[in-house]
Amino acid sequence: MAERIVIHPVTRIEGHAKISIYLDDSGAVESAQFHVTEFRGFEKICEGRPFHEMPGLMSRVCGICPVSHVLASCKAGDAILGVEVPRAALLQRRLVNYAQLLQSHALSFFHLSSPDLLLGMDSPPEKRNLFGLLDRDLDFARRGIRLRQFGQRIIELVGGKRIHPPWGAPGGVLTAMNAAGRDEIRGWIAEALESIDLALGRLKGLLDSLAAEIEHIGNFPTLFLGLVSPEGTLEYYDGLIRIVDSEGNLLADGLDPHRYATYLGEASEEWSYMKFPYYKPLGYPGGKYRVGPLARLNIAKSAGTQRADRELHEFKQRSTGAVCQSFHYHLARLIEMLHAVERIDELTADPDLLGEHVRAKAGQNRSEGIGCCEAPRGTLFHHYQVNDSGLIEKVNLLIATSQNNLAMNMAVEQTARYFVSSRSLQEGMLNRVEAAIRCFDPCLSCSTHAIGQMPLVVELRGSGGELLDRVER
Amino acid sequence: MDRVTRKPRLATVWLGGCSGCHMSFLDLDERLISLAGRVELCASPLTDYKDFPETDITLVEGAVANQEHLEHIRTVRRRTKVLVSLGDCAVTGNVTAMRNIFKLEDVLDRAYRQTATVVIGIPSGNGAVPRLLERVQPVHEVVKVDHFIPGCPPSADAIHAFVMDLLEGRTTSPQGRFG
Repeated sequence: MAERIVIHPVTRIEGHAKISIYLDDSGAVESAQFHVTEFRGFEKICEGRPFHEMPGLMSRVCGICPVSHVLASCKAGDAILGVEVPRAALLQRRLVNYAQLLQSHALSFFHLSSPDLLLGMDSPPEKRNLFGLLDRDLDFARRGIRLRQFGQRIIELVGGKRIHPPWGAPGGVLTAMNAAGRDEIRGWIAEALESIDLALGRLKGLLDSLAAEIEHIGNFPTLFLGLVSPEGTLEYYDGLIRIVDSEGNLLADGLDPHRYATYLGEASEEWSYMKFPYYKPLGYPGGKYRVGPLARLNIAKSAGTQRADRELHEFKQRSTGAVCQSFHYHLARLIEMLHAVERIDELTADPDLLGEHVRAKAGQNRSEGIGCCEAPRGTLFHHYQVNDSGLIEKVNLLIATSQNNLAMNMAVEQTARYFVSSRSLQEGMLNRVEAAIRCFDPCLSCSTHAIGQMPLVVELRGSGGELLDRVER
Repeated sequence: MDRVTRKPRLATVWLGGCSGCHMSFLDLDERLISLAGRVELCASPLTDYKDFPETDITLVEGAVANQEHLEHIRTVRRRTKVLVSLGDCAVTGNVTAMRNIFKLEDVLDRAYRQTATVVIGIPSGNGAVPRLLERVQPVHEVVKVDHFIPGCPPSADAIHAFVMDLLEGRTTSPQGRFG
């Protein structure tokens, strides 16, 4: 009989996820599953709410990337109103979107992943965290804290609150931006660029020593999907969907995000609360694709800003086709942070940012609206249908992290296949399995779970349920 | 808290919520550095730990929404001296409890049947994932809670003031506001 290894976080705070690894009779890994164990039911609880209320409610999907949900919700609301938002509101929305990309990526890299990378995958678990990093390298940790702070501070200055800003609305935003806030933002830019350059240098310097991880943790062909601008550059707020294959060939381009349902489907499986999106023309589960930083760098021809373009050019030399190693999500994240700060610099130099006309007013003109943007972890879709009184009848949310669900499952399986080959469990294996998941920076609450390092127990059980081996840390 | 022999032990717990309260804790920014000198962060989504330890102060984010939350918060209560509900979901149930007006079966049906294009199975607590509770509850309906900090999320200033009051042995003043 086949056996099953369960990797389960001891405490479920982080443990909104667990992993099962199935062994065949010879003790070799047959398959693996990544289970998401958290569910709140947003697609149902919105029913009957006025669509104007949705940006505030949708923000609560996620405390890490609330701005993405506010923006996708506002854009769906714009479509229901049938209006074009004023330029000042558009600039504010873009600015806040880059600010969120910056703070979320800073959290992922500095607070969560850098302890692994800088202190070492095998360093003592009790010190392998942000606080251990503060002890070891105070300057570096402080820079990470301040980069996240910069992003959060922009959101506060523009939106009035760092988390769940009560600011976005269908038709625009609720408040104009003032010059003092803009000037404060500009005062941070030089330090932010310096800190990101420093982090890029540190990460690149470590890549040679991580060759095995890069090669065997989530390195496989998939499609890559995301938004690009009409010029084919990085785009996070608007644009059209592009899909490339693992060779870097254009599979589809110029796809209208409003027609997402014609080319993207979602599957439900009983073993996870996170659904499994797939590219419809290739079916389920064949149509697996990746989204987020790695996908965005793979689909874009260029970044569109000077410093990020230099890095992107070098990044693209890492492969003849698309860069398929999930480990390089880390590098892609830092390059996107650089790009975000460059765009923040541009946006805060635009005098229209301070415009007073920030909201287009209209009655309800349509019964359906779809909003799409790039969230830190990938492309996000909000789809609302409303009745004649503007009350929500149906909601469909296609969440960024869930679109990496098939790929994360593959990554766990690949990592297990490479690092687990006998019935004896090694502590190092746990780290690698975690590392596979952490590359994707799965958004904890959007669809899942764990900030940072999951405390793990791996149990290897025989077919009768008897405990054969156990490792914990 | 025995300040002579060791630093007070602080833990943070995340139940059914959006993690916004934990993000607000991180919004202490550089105050995290001085806090690290005052307390030992012994268990949190930001650190590794094997088992939930004995703590002096535990801040809990989120409502009790599934069987695992229920079991975990009971363990946490047993091992914690001062248990604090952090944020509106812990304090009232808030957005996490909005599903209470519907039948659980309908909420699951909406998420996994009506909005899916391929249905292989509906997750429902079959062993692979925890069973959802029919009714989401605020933390104090399940275990005794010593303090409440409302807010969605509570601001970093509110969290900081509360924790510092507690560490200094001052009477904690009510911090934050709902929403």
